Amino acid sequence: MRRRWWLAVPLVIFALFLLAVGWRLSAPPDATVKSRLVGRAMPEFQLPAATPGRPDLRSADLAGGGPKLVNLFASWCVPCIAEAPVLGELKGRGVTIHGIAIRDAPADVAAFLRDHGNPYRRIGADPRSQVQMTLGSSGVPESFVVDGRGVIRYQHIGPIMPQDVPTVLAELEKAG
Amino acid sequence: MIAEAGLAALWLAAALSLLQLVASLAGPRVPELRRLIVPVAAAQGALTLFAFLMLLWLFLRTDLSVQLVAANSHSMKPWIYRFAGTWGNHEGSMLLWVTVLTVAGALLALLERRLPERTLHATLGAQAALALGFFAFLLLASNPFARLVPAPRQGLGLNPLLQDPGLAFHPPTLYFGYVGLSVAFSLAVGALLTREVGPALARTMRPWVLGAWVLLTVGITAGSYWAYYELGWGGWWFWDPVENASLMPWLAATALLHSISVLAARGGLRTWTIMLAVVAFSMSMVGTFLVRSGILTSVHSFAVDPARGSFILALLALYVGGALFLFATRVGTVKEGAGFDIVSREGALVLNNLLLSVILGTVFVGTLYPLLAEAVSGEKLSVGPPYFNAVTGPLTLALALLLFIGPLLRWRRDSRPNAPRIAAPLVVTVLAFAASFVLDPAMSALARLGLGVAAGLAVASLLPLAGRNLRRTPLATWGMVISHLGVAVAIAGAAADTAFTEETLAAARPGETLAVGPWQVRLGSVVPVAGPNWTAVEGRLSASRGGRTIDLQPQSRFFSDPPTETNEAAIRTLWDGQLYAVISGAEDGGRWQLRLWWKPLVTLIWLGGGLIALGGLLALLGRWWRGRRRVREPELAYA
Repeated sequence: MRRRWWLAVPLVIFALFLLAVGWRLSAPPDATVKSRLVGRAMPEFQLPAATPGRPDLRSADLAGGGPKLVNLFASWCVPCIAEAPVLGELKGRGVTIHGIAIRDAPADVAAFLRDHGNPYRRIGADPRSQVQMTLGSSGVPESFVVDGRGVIRYQHIGPIMPQDVPTVLAELEKAG
Repeated sequence: MIAEAGLAALWLAAALSLLQLVASLAGPRVPELRRLIVPVAAAQGALTLFAFLMLLWLFLRTDLSVQLVAANSHSMKPWIYRFAGTWGNHEGSMLLWVTVLTVAGALLALLERRLPERTLHATLGAQAALALGFFAFLLLASNPFARLVPAPRQGLGLNPLLQDPGLAFHPPTLYFGYVGLSVAFSLAVGALLTREVGPALARTMRPWVLGAWVLLTVGITAGSYWAYYELGWGGWWFWDPVENASLMPWLAATALLHSISVLAARGGLRTWTIMLAVVAFSMSMVGTFLVRSGILTSVHSFAVDPARGSFILALLALYVGGALFLFATRVGTVKEGAGFDIVSREGALVLNNLLLSVILGTVFVGTLYPLLAEAVSGEKLSVGPPYFNAVTGPLTLALALLLFIGPLLRWRRDSRPNAPRIAAPLVVTVLAFAASFVLDPAMSALARLGLGVAAGLAVASLLPLAGRNLRRTPLATWGMVISHLGVAVAIAGAAADTAFTEETLAAARPGETLAVGPWQVRLGSVVPVAGPNWTAVEGRLSASRGGRTIDLQPQSRFFSDPPTETNEAAIRTLWDGQLYAVISGAEDGGRWQLRLWWKPLVTLIWLGGGLIALGGLLALLGRWWRGRRRVREPELAYA
């Protein structure tokens, strides 16, 4: 039997393919996009109130005072509902939370706050995601820890779940 | 009961595929088992088809007690989308996949007469092994018939974006093509096991490959047009991983189609044909895996499940790895076929195969390079059109140039000077190339060459008909001529799109007029319109050229559930090109974002794709017709 080495070339290429793909399956890609603004000052913005009768949100509100959490949410976002009680708990522990309602309508935001509680001191409306884009955020919910001088210290992508609370509290502590 | 009947049929069919595998393994020694193979293959195909029909029925009556139906359908959907919804989800599409696989196996078992029995049985064994793996996947990891208790009152699947006739029939077309190639794969494996590689194998394989290739051509052409009008980006090919996943099997099948004809006619290229038959279906499985596992990021998104991904990967490793191992260890012992000179039909077909394989390799490497780079260096990157176009463009043109002479050459050896015969297309090429400088001095070199080669190939593709009695020319020859003409037409369309497209992007107020190419486009007004589950702003545009005015109404739609925005492009096809308009959201100050394209001759791309498929269909019909005549004639002789 004549053996020709090049007949095994397809097999070798396929083995390489399997290795690469197997590696990817075992290490799923990190699909989250970290904001480049972490460590920098909050960009300037002025957002109108998300619901009538509640305070609006400006970047100036974030520049002073102690550390705070800025939470991007929306009434149409299901994970935000899951996150709501955790934000309530953080508020109970004395954390200042400001909200930015993404692509939302005032009546929907009001209904959301009524049904799931209102942990927010101020809520700005960002109906066309302009501030969200500027912040380098790619979805809702997302939260930023901002220190007393208005510098972004930490970004949390996705809902803050009970197991994330210690991390978020520690980051707020560090920013203080 | 319907769901349970379907599930039972599926289990039975799986058991039969195991029996078929065992019977074909033991067959050479146990004649009783050997006799089982064909009827078992037929019964297995019938049972799987039954299971699929049951699922179809469940979707048509929107039986919400079945989890799959509840998750993917809705009683308010038009019936055609409930029907198509059967395969518009992971489980259903896998069931469709095994259905086509087993029905193809049954047809092969019942209809095949040319192949030595030993090889046929080995082939059916390979087919059973394939089916068994996918049955296991269906039954263990993605049961389409799972019940949902309690049943919900309404289904979840009313996603308006997926309600499009193109999307309903594009995936099954590709699936039929992919799975058709599985027969070629099994035949190759069967032939490797029995070491019987020859013209009979090629003649058995050819109709399956031809049929699969026609369907893949139609599927890819339709998919390209769908992306063109639906995405509103004005392009017709994006080198998206999922597009590449369908292109790679097509390239391998195209090469296989050409090398099969050498094997069928001359008995040559045995090793190569076997390898292509293995590679073509492997590419189908790799493509399906890449698409379904979500390993590569793409505009197509499917539900991603790592457990299922690992399952398919294991099947892939087993089948492709096994076949390639057989190939590496056994093909060296296959008898060589007849030799040939370099200047011959075989020589031209070998060159065609080499060029197609290089294009295939290019696409394969480009598609997987981001993954490899990240695995090795941790660096995230993407490979885009500049790479693909720069490599595949010139190779495609080289392939087209080869077509000037290839079909005119004789088998085995050709010393006859063909120069006078290809003089005409060469002159046309040079003239068209020169004309492109007059038309537009600033055109890119590749587009210029493309126009020249396309014009020449349009003439050259007809040459095999020259001097023949056209009424007695076999249908298969007509098929070849039409397919090759289709290649010329498609290249012309692609080159014209690159060379002549005019684009205007502006923010316009109602009443303003924009120019794009020869057209003056006036934005008359922007009005709100509403559909059943969407609201939209619609631009009322009127475009005029010379004395002629046409209306265009592009929309920007907002769907409420789920909240999505889509751009509905307005496309008007004229004899010499397409006018393409997209409107998107309001800018500040009452202005609207408008994108306008004038794309001369762009429709030729899909017309060419259609011609290529039509040629394949004619060749298939021609060969089938001839086969029937050949069967009938001896009977007449004895009558």
